[in-house]
Amino acid sequence: MSSETQKILTTDGIPLEVSLKKVERRNKLKAFLLVAPLLFFLLIVYISPIIGMLFNSVDDRMVTKALPKTFIAMEKWDGKELPSEEVFEAFYIDFQKLIEEEREGKLSTQLNYEKNGFKSIIKKLRRKSKSFEEGNYKEQIMAVHERWADVEYWRAIKRRAPSYSYSKYLKGIDMYQNEDGKFVEVEEDRRIYKKLWVRTLKIAFYVTLFCFLMAYPIAHLLATLPMKYSNLLMICVLLPFWTSLLVRTASWMILLQQQGVVNDFLVWIGLVADDERLVMMYNETGTYIAMTQILLPFMVLPLYSVMKTISPSLVRAGKSLGGTPFITFWKVYFPLTIPGIGAGSLLVFILAIGYYITPELVGGASGTLISNMIAYHMKSTLDWSFASAMGLMLLAGVLAIYWVYNKLVGIDNIKLG
Amino acid sequence: MALPKYTEPHYRIWHYVYLFICGCVFFFLIAPLFVIFPLSFNAEEFLVITDGMKRLDPDAFSLRWYKDMVYGTKNPWGLAAKNSFFIAIFATIGAVILGTVAALGLSSRYMPYKGIIMATLISPMIVPLIISGVAIFFFMAKAGLAATHTGIIIAHIILGTPFVVITVTATLSGFDHSVTRAAASLGSNPVNTFMKITLPLILPGVISGALFAFVTSFDEVVIVLFLAGLDNTTIPVQMWTGLREQLSPTILSVATCLILLSTLVLVAAELLRRRSERIRGINR
Repeated sequence: MSSETQKILTTDGIPLEVSLKKVERRNKLKAFLLVAPLLFFLLIVYISPIIGMLFNSVDDRMVTKALPKTFIAMEKWDGKELPSEEVFEAFYIDFQKLIEEEREGKLSTQLNYEKNGFKSIIKKLRRKSKSFEEGNYKEQIMAVHERWADVEYWRAIKRRAPSYSYSKYLKGIDMYQNEDGKFVEVEEDRRIYKKLWVRTLKIAFYVTLFCFLMAYPIAHLLATLPMKYSNLLMICVLLPFWTSLLVRTASWMILLQQQGVVNDFLVWIGLVADDERLVMMYNETGTYIAMTQILLPFMVLPLYSVMKTISPSLVRAGKSLGGTPFITFWKVYFPLTIPGIGAGSLLVFILAIGYYITPELVGGASGTLISNMIAYHMKSTLDWSFASAMGLMLLAGVLAIYWVYNKLVGIDNIKLG
Repeated sequence: MALPKYTEPHYRIWHYVYLFICGCVFFFLIAPLFVIFPLSFNAEEFLVITDGMKRLDPDAFSLRWYKDMVYGTKNPWGLAAKNSFFIAIFATIGAVILGTVAALGLSSRYMPYKGIIMATLISPMIVPLIISGVAIFFFMAKAGLAATHTGIIIAHIILGTPFVVITVTATLSGFDHSVTRAAASLGSNPVNTFMKITLPLILPGVISGALFAFVTSFDEVVIVLFLAGLDNTTIPVQMWTGLREQLSPTILSVATCLILLSTLVLVAAELLRRRSERIRGINR
């Protein structure tokens, strides 16, 4: 057989098989070269910085860099008793340098994360250290505050010596590694992040649910109405879809404020007394209302595109076989729309879980999400490694959902408009 | 959709309830946009509907906030609008070129590793903006492009390309490749074939991708907040600042203009969609 196939030659005298493979390889290369510019562009300016966040998130060199001499001196210290004079002297030298560069504030914040109570004693040390005499630093530093004579605080400093740690991830779920290396939860009143994760998931879930409940009937109506009416109604879905997010958020701020239109209306119909106007903004309610309206088109459009393909004769067949309208809907129509429900729900959920602008503007303190915390740490506390860690935890969740989406619906099936 | 005459009464009632629910949802979707129009013509400085407006008193309405938007002293909107258009136009051009070329490659049946490459190219659309913002900020800070127009344009190209890739790939899915082969057999070189044959046929997809990219860039605020300095402020950033600090009716004038702009975009996108369906022979 093989000798026979080899006999088929192209006009150049090359076996056809070889020639075909060559052409195929060239075509593959051609296709790849077309994709290459965008692929490499994204790899360089987008994917690699995201991977870089991984390094940022475990980067713990802030303290290591701030106290270089101290950590060298501490290498010999066993951590049982108070460190030797050598360590104290190194710490004093490092600390003087920090004061010169005005960086001791950052150090105190960092150390305070590790152990409560550092902030005040560092402030005090800064004041007192100006009048320090040369030599015997151990005595002098310990005299500043009793906590400086507490071995626990020196152990806390030593724990910050490694340049890389996964402590930020633990912090992101309200945990830390204690002196014995065990993972423990932080004190009850300092647990904020776990609550925030739960709230983010909860808000994303309910927003998705509300969107589904509202989108299903109108998508059905749009798909079954004659074209000339449905096109007109489609504008109601598409106009918000194309309108700036900030414009829509602004309109909700106007509507929901205490002197706003919604409250005016409720007072006018007598549902609410004038002096008991509802607080619907700067809390969770505001986030729910605004996010549901903003994300609704993302649910309607996939549902609509699936419902459009369902032949009306299926429902008619169900009815003619004796099903009541409700039974026909439930047994025939609804199962056919499940791909659309899946696509819309996952799309809305993915978008909701990472929402930032709207919760920040209408959410107040009780309606903000994990994204707002990331932005806060990026801009206000400048704890970039923590922001990176939180971002990557969020990203891992989103990618997991994305993967499910891809398995269920396929990325190629994303439709726009 | 009129009901048949034989419909039983309780289904008839249910049908009207259903229509009522649909009406409420449509109202919920569209009404918030319309509250902005009257308030932007408010003569007062408050963001509430005044008694005068309820009585339709002409004195209660004025164009002062529109005047303020255009002529106001130390007004940021002029610069912001200039920056917004500048950034959005260049980001759109970049995204359209990169995205269209990539989509051509992706729709070739010889393309290796299609799944994973498609996932990579679409990823900027899926990854939450705040994470993209953080990552791009780190990159731009290292590259020395923070607080420059170039940095923001590159960031917006990243965000815009997935839309172009998706819309152009969708247009290409109904594309008859024999026309390009016919062109080639008639002696046309690949570039000429693309410009004369392929591009006109996929143009609706390209333009609608461009619209998405433009709107994405024009409306984007998270990344600009990370990257922008004082000179790079854009309309969304100004609105963001305004909404956080004090709600001035000037913002509503700007918002009204933006709604009019998005209406234009909507009409354009809708016309394109129809044209594209006609070209691809989809008749519904």
